[in-house]
Amino acid sequence: MSVEAREKRQPWILLSPALGAVTLLLLVPLLFIVVYSFWLRSAVGPDTAGFHLDNWQRALTDPFFRYILLNTLKIAAITTVICALLGYPAAYFIARSSGNKLILLLLLMLPFWISYIIRTMSWINILGSSGALNTLLMTVGITSSPIQMLYNEATVILGLAHFLLPFMVLNIYVSLDGIDTSLEDAATSLGATRWQAFLQVTLPLSLPGLAAGGLLCFVLGAGTYITPLILGGPRDAMFANLVFEAIITQLNWPMGSALSLLLLIVLGVLVAIYNRYLGMSQITKGLG
Amino acid sequence: MGWGAIRAYTICVYLFMFLPVVVVVLLSFNQNQFGSFPMTGVSLRWFEALWNNDAVMRAFRTSLVLGLLTALISTTLGVLASLALVRYAIPGKNLITTILIAPILVPEVVLAVALLLFLNWLGIGKSFALLLAGHVIFTLPFVILVVQARLVSIRRDVEEAALSLGASPIQTFFSVTLPLLMPAVAAGALFAFTISFDDITGTLFWKPGGVETVPTQIFSMLRNSISPEINALGTVMIVITVGLPLLGAAIARSIAIKRGM
Repeated sequence: MSVEAREKRQPWILLSPALGAVTLLLLVPLLFIVVYSFWLRSAVGPDTAGFHLDNWQRALTDPFFRYILLNTLKIAAITTVICALLGYPAAYFIARSSGNKLILLLLLMLPFWISYIIRTMSWINILGSSGALNTLLMTVGITSSPIQMLYNEATVILGLAHFLLPFMVLNIYVSLDGIDTSLEDAATSLGATRWQAFLQVTLPLSLPGLAAGGLLCFVLGAGTYITPLILGGPRDAMFANLVFEAIITQLNWPMGSALSLLLLIVLGVLVAIYNRYLGMSQITKGLG
Repeated sequence: MGWGAIRAYTICVYLFMFLPVVVVVLLSFNQNQFGSFPMTGVSLRWFEALWNNDAVMRAFRTSLVLGLLTALISTTLGVLASLALVRYAIPGKNLITTILIAPILVPEVVLAVALLLFLNWLGIGKSFALLLAGHVIFTLPFVILVVQARLVSIRRDVEEAALSLGASPIQTFFSVTLPLLMPAVAAGALFAFTISFDDITGTLFWKPGGVETVPTQIFSMLRNSISPEINALGTVMIVITVGLPLLGAAIARSIAIKRGM
């Protein structure tokens, strides 16, 4: 074999284990559940193979499923807005601060290393009936018995925002950091106020980062089922909880397939729209 | 809006991020037997209780073995793929990159369902093997992104020098490329280990009955009520997942200083 041919083959040899793993463990399984979603569950024995539209019909028309889907999108949207409102000023401060930028950044990365379940359950210590807040309120005398603050939609959003905020701040920071500060100075020297300079120069330039952070928060938020299980009440299920219920509790795998594909399609459309207008590179920039 | 206001706002955001975690750590040293406020004294009794809790120790061993194996496999696959992507001009590079990071573009629940159903159909039911496969596929994109970012900064001329001086490509890889690559490999492995050690979304789908990892163990303990033991377990997890990378960074730094870099 010539040297040239070997040179040509080498990258494919290096790539084949990873590509093989992704193909076998993700791409083929995804195609498999597309097929599986048209099967039917049998009360006894294995599921019946075939082409039945029953699961899809139910997934698309059941009012309960539709309610949960819309509610999930609503929760994800509110969470994303909260993350943006909390995250933007913080990212701006880090990007423009002169002194301890490194420490601020390191602190920002820290939550990525702290387990999701710990950060989620930590709110029980704060808001629970014997948590920090209730203890404080009772000590001060504002209330005599603990107030029920946990296990509702608001605490689910709170927990999600707490989990997703670092993704937002990091993405906004990356794009703010790439903006030449002299642009803002130029605007002010030409007579704009600081606020005008920010609104008309910096904010538009940082929108790609904001959008990337927003997309990550939304997609990650809409796909969660652990947070509602820990911080939500019995009626605060999100769409991924339906998937978990169908697969793990009811063992209705064909239905579970259809529901997870529906979630994938809904979120995939969002990602595709984002990709069409902004491209995927901003996301990988934030993750790298 | 003044700079002072932005600073105050940022401090509040940081407090929001860290205060709940600080409370977990504080309460884990609480002497009070209900593990709630007010704290009555400092004690290590909950850590002792953890140590004597067989279920927790079993979960720890499972998580540790799973994390190490995941890191080993995922880093090997990831480093090889990153080398190909950074070092060679290959057609369709963008498509390949997209395929390789696809596992984080797909919601983890969907990935979990697809993998569970497909491997089950192949005859591999809920098992340690399924857990391992799931953790590998889920951590692979992170490893590739981290390793690729580091690889770009390694210069090629050292390798070319070795090759032109008569070393074989394999010799060059092991005695030149790999040592230069070590920080990237370590970063990738650490990332894979931490993500695997923390994962619960996929793990709950894949784990066989009776097998628990630390996060699923915490999850099942939470079903009863929040106990100080959970806070202690949380503290241990924080020490492992935060302390390990910091330790790694410190070691990498001291090696770099010794080498005079």
